[in-house]
Amino acid sequence: MSGHDSKYFSTTKKGEIPELKEELNSQYKDKRKDAVKKVIAAMTVGKDVSSLFTDVVNCMQTENLELKKLVYLYLINYAKSQPDLAILAVNTFVKDSQDPNPLIRALAVRTMGCIRVDKITEYLCDPLQRCLKDDDPYVRKTAAICVAKLYDINAELVEDRGFLESLKDLISDNNPMVVANAVAALAEIQENSNRPIFEITSHTLSKLLTALNECTEWGQVFILDALSRYKAADAREAENIVERVTPRLQHANCAVVLSAVKMILQQMELITSTDVVRNLCKKMAPPLVTLLSAEPEIQYVALRNINLIVQRRPTILAHEIKVFFCKYNDPIYVKMEKLEIMIKLASDRNIDQVLLEFKEYATEVDVDFVRKAVRAIGRCAIKLERAAERCISVLLELIKIKVNYVVQEAIIVIKDIFRRYPNTYESIIATLCESLDTLDEPEAKASMIWIIGEYAERIDNADELLESFLESFPEEPAQVQLQLLTATVKLFLKKPTEGPQQMIQVVLNNATVETDNPDLRDRAYIYWRLLSTDPEAAKDVVLAEKPVISDDSNQLEPTLLDELLANIATLSSVYHKPPEAFITRVKTTTQRTEDEEYAEGSETGYSESHVADGAASPPTSSDNVPYAAARQPGPAATPTQPAPAAPVPDLLGDLIGLDNAIVPVDQPSTPAGPPLPVLLPASTGQGLQISAHLTRRDGQIFYSLLFENNSQIPLDGFMIQFNKNTFGLAAAGPLQVPQLQPGSSATTLLPMVVFQNLSQGPPSSLLQVAVKNNQQPVWYFNDKISLHVFFTEEGRMERASFLETWRSLPDSNEVSRDFPNAVISSVEATLDQLAASNMFFIARRKHANQDVFYFSAKLPKGTPFLIELTTVVGNPGVKSAIKTPNPEMAPLFFESIEALLRV
Amino acid sequence: MAGAASALFLLDIKGRVLIWRDYRGDVSAVQAERFFTKLIEKEGDPQSQDPVVYDNGVTYMFIQHNNVYLMAASRQNCNAASLLLFLHRVVDVFKHYFEELEEESLRDNFVVVYELLDEIMDFGFPQFTEAKILSEFIKTDAYRMEVTQRPPMAVTNAVSWRSEGIRYKKNEVFLDVVESVNILVNSNGQIIRSDVVGALKMRTYLSGMPECKLGLNDRVLLEAQGRTTKGKAIDLDDTKFHQCVRLARFENDRTISFIPPDGSFDLMTYRLSTQVKPLIWVEAQVERHSRSRIEIMVKARSQFKERSTATNVEIELPVTSDATNPNVRTSMGSAAYAPENDALVWKIKSFPGNKEYMLRAEFTLPSITAEDAAPERKAPIRVKFEIPYFTVSGIQVRYLKIIEKSGYQALPWVRYITMAGEYELRLI
Repeated sequence: MSGHDSKYFSTTKKGEIPELKEELNSQYKDKRKDAVKKVIAAMTVGKDVSSLFTDVVNCMQTENLELKKLVYLYLINYAKSQPDLAILAVNTFVKDSQDPNPLIRALAVRTMGCIRVDKITEYLCDPLQRCLKDDDPYVRKTAAICVAKLYDINAELVEDRGFLESLKDLISDNNPMVVANAVAALAEIQENSNRPIFEITSHTLSKLLTALNECTEWGQVFILDALSRYKAADAREAENIVERVTPRLQHANCAVVLSAVKMILQQMELITSTDVVRNLCKKMAPPLVTLLSAEPEIQYVALRNINLIVQRRPTILAHEIKVFFCKYNDPIYVKMEKLEIMIKLASDRNIDQVLLEFKEYATEVDVDFVRKAVRAIGRCAIKLERAAERCISVLLELIKIKVNYVVQEAIIVIKDIFRRYPNTYESIIATLCESLDTLDEPEAKASMIWIIGEYAERIDNADELLESFLESFPEEPAQVQLQLLTATVKLFLKKPTEGPQQMIQVVLNNATVETDNPDLRDRAYIYWRLLSTDPEAAKDVVLAEKPVISDDSNQLEPTLLDELLANIATLSSVYHKPPEAFITRVKTTTQRTEDEEYAEGSETGYSESHVADGAASPPTSSDNVPYAAARQPGPAATPTQPAPAAPVPDLLGDLIGLDNAIVPVDQPSTPAGPPLPVLLPASTGQGLQISAHLTRRDGQIFYSLLFENNSQIPLDGFMIQFNKNTFGLAAAGPLQVPQLQPGSSATTLLPMVVFQNLSQGPPSSLLQVAVKNNQQPVWYFNDKISLHVFFTEEGRMERASFLETWRSLPDSNEVSRDFPNAVISSVEATLDQLAASNMFFIARRKHANQDVFYFSAKLPKGTPFLIELTTVVGNPGVKSAIKTPNPEMAPLFFESIEALLRV
Repeated sequence: MAGAASALFLLDIKGRVLIWRDYRGDVSAVQAERFFTKLIEKEGDPQSQDPVVYDNGVTYMFIQHNNVYLMAASRQNCNAASLLLFLHRVVDVFKHYFEELEEESLRDNFVVVYELLDEIMDFGFPQFTEAKILSEFIKTDAYRMEVTQRPPMAVTNAVSWRSEGIRYKKNEVFLDVVESVNILVNSNGQIIRSDVVGALKMRTYLSGMPECKLGLNDRVLLEAQGRTTKGKAIDLDDTKFHQCVRLARFENDRTISFIPPDGSFDLMTYRLSTQVKPLIWVEAQVERHSRSRIEIMVKARSQFKERSTATNVEIELPVTSDATNPNVRTSMGSAAYAPENDALVWKIKSFPGNKEYMLRAEFTLPSITAEDAAPERKAPIRVKFEIPYFTVSGIQVRYLKIIEKSGYQALPWVRYITMAGEYELRLI
């Protein structure tokens, strides 16, 4: 059946374009068709054939469907570069949209929708209107998608012409394919709109579930994905939905299966009967396992999703760990993901078998995989206390093989095991020390040095071992230097003899005078001062008991996990990041140009900061963030940690790396309103004073900043950086501050994004900011985040749904606090003020002599806040109670409401 | 949740764009090509690459087929499973059209490729990937296009996989029950994983719109009907059906009813995770006699009943890459050294049940070895075989009823076969 189109790619010596022009205008049909093919061939290999526009369009009016399609294709490609000539095609398009042949009618609307030229779009409306009501389902299904195309080009036009209504009508179409495409189009439009357009009622739900049975496989995916947004009213409805979706688990198409799993998991949250839940878990296991026999790329997506599913519902696959054992020929990306899941499913019951597997993998050839396997053994040791000893013996066996990178990786994980089970397995230290010479990677070296320092009193020749490193101290990487410093101090405190004393001199000298690394220098000075003023205090600090690290294999935060589970099968679930973190498509029309740069979706924040944590842990690498994070004790455990401890070079690197962030097109003008709080007083900032405050305008969060230059020199090159924080606030673009002459000031509104650099740990209102300019050192200051700036404009709830939500949340989610000094003197003013902060008034009720007010608010990921304020109007004393799925946010909320009521 | 592809790219082995279709105008070919060529250069081996990669606001999802990459790009949070699977279906469609999908066939048929890209996806949403139906209105032979084409009913019908008006003189159905045995044995000789993946492969040559009903010895079904199930029924762990099967009906009463597509397709796949005894067991002993000589002794044993016979048995034994001068003796079959795979391949045409065969091989090793040679990849022993007229699971087709309104009689032919899937035994 093979064609011979390749001949069209050949060119003649004579000028190609004129020759083609001639052929396109030939009087012979066949010759014209061949010429168009040549044009398309030239277009395919990237030659510019736009100059033939008129000649090609002249071939458009033809009975020959193949030729017509080629001309249409040409138009899609070049209409944009010849917008004035594109009008030539309109007539034929409109005519074709009324052709008796449905293929041609559909082709015409489909193509018109692809041409992003205003002149064409204008003429698209009438044909589209007709095609949405066409007799032929093929035309209707094409028209349905076309509405989404038009919305992307000109949303207003779609709304004005009532296309949304026609599209909604198509949900009830008798043809399943039309229904599926209408759903896809509506879901897409909803995504790009702030208004509720596509709301799924229980009626549409049931209609769509019926259509599901007859759709093509792709259509089923559209429908299931759209329906997974639906929140069932109660457990019964949820069970009904699940019952109708469950058969999809038997579909041969993996995407249908995954989308069905998503929907079932969503509804399961509402189902209260444990029997039903257990049954569903049982039903989902086999299809999930079968996904692992799909194509490797699909397996990869499935494994990333299973990773999420087992975090929420560990029972589903608890007995299936064997299916995640790696096959010899699995692609490496599949093996890596399987390993992750094996760790998650490892238990006391299966650990022996799992360890055998890990040991097998540790002798493979792919270095990354081997390392991950070794690390996996360590993680199992940390996770399963009873298996720790067996894990260690496997690690020791691996060390004996003496493959360099295996040894190094093993030492890194053994250090973690020591931290998890202090004073338990020190007998193996001697074996570890044998491999000392082979270590050449910073992390492994640092780990070994940490072990030596930590257990100096039990290692007879600890001083000799450390000394062997000291000679090369200046050449070592920072990570190793820091550990050497700490380990030497520990050694000295434990064995204050002559040898260590001399060593400490050398180290302190090296780490203060000879280095230009401020982290190292700072830490060395602290030790120095401690040792010289109060050695006992030094002991308390340096030899303090370390917090025990814990298992980290269920590491995603519950709220993030929720969101990711709602996004099963999508990219979000593959990346394990919320969609906002990598979707840069804000509004469609502005960013069509090719050269426009987009912000990297990942870490724009501080790089993993090496915390000078009183020698508790060796600095960790950031191989994967949650792991590294878990290996660092939480902030509470490290009281000696100086506030923003980001190393300066990293910060600068990041600041410079920021220049590819999104630049907002329209920056709102200078901020008005009350004066901004001073965060960096001129006295600290060498004359530079910075005042700043987070605000919310038009649905976006801004950091409103005021810079005052009271110094003697002009300041320029301002940059800003935010440390990781609870809300992941980060700058959406570079700071735009002009050069500041002495005595002058500048204000700016910096657009912010959320969920960019999330910090772990309990919610905190602390926002650490670093600002630099070309003339001064980096300034660090702290700001407080007011929760209400995150309240979205969509926070308004109907009374009924407010009550429903209130009831559905357990009482344990209710938190209250009294504000004895707050007064509500004017009800109206207070309501206005709260509404301005997107806390929407729901109802007011009298209770004895008190007034009770109810408000609703929502955080960006949809977390609702139900607020109750109780007070006697005009008298001091307000009691605030809130109910929310995230009660840990309550303290932040109270801080924020207190501030609002005080004003 | 909503999201779709921005563009679809067909790239050559170096990552250069051969043909692409822009669906949304927000990812350019230049941008994609720049990114992808860099990706390929950097890693060299696409196997080591995650198939979903993020770069500069765009997510690229790709698969490889022969010397062609198929890649979808998206700026939205699209359904990754659906798009990757779609790419695989696109391969099937192209294979149906051009027999083989490779750079050459794409160039030779670029006009059809464009037509297909226009039909199978619209605005980045997968639309229709039934090759057989597509070829009813998108034809390769340009001259037949003179007749006005209409979209076949099937494109938008509930039955999207079969056209009406199919006629055969002789109505026949061939049903092959194929079971693949996957097994993984670790170096201690323990079976750590074993499962059976079965497929009901159908080839239908039936006229009209036939209603089919398939009966298996499925325990759940038989018990529901109140029949005795001693010994004969089987438990299927997970079944997957071709889209023609009415899933809701199956969920209800376990009836497999469908209107089949024309030609060949997989009606159903199933999986059994019950542990099966390895049908062919292989033990290998490797002895290094000195630094320069290595001896391998292999025993292969068939562990199924005598009345069955395995055919085309192939046992691939890994051998260190620096081995030379093989000297091999076998008690059955023939063995050949395949240095390109670092393996010794032992082939036995016919291997009856309950038999044991031996192989003894000797290799010379170079007397000098590098001090710190990279560790060798420890490949497992791999076995291939087929056992006709036999299924591990004991699955049986009890009936296949075919009812068409014209009332013809159709003949079903059923065959059973078991073969090795991923059959790996790790060496000590």
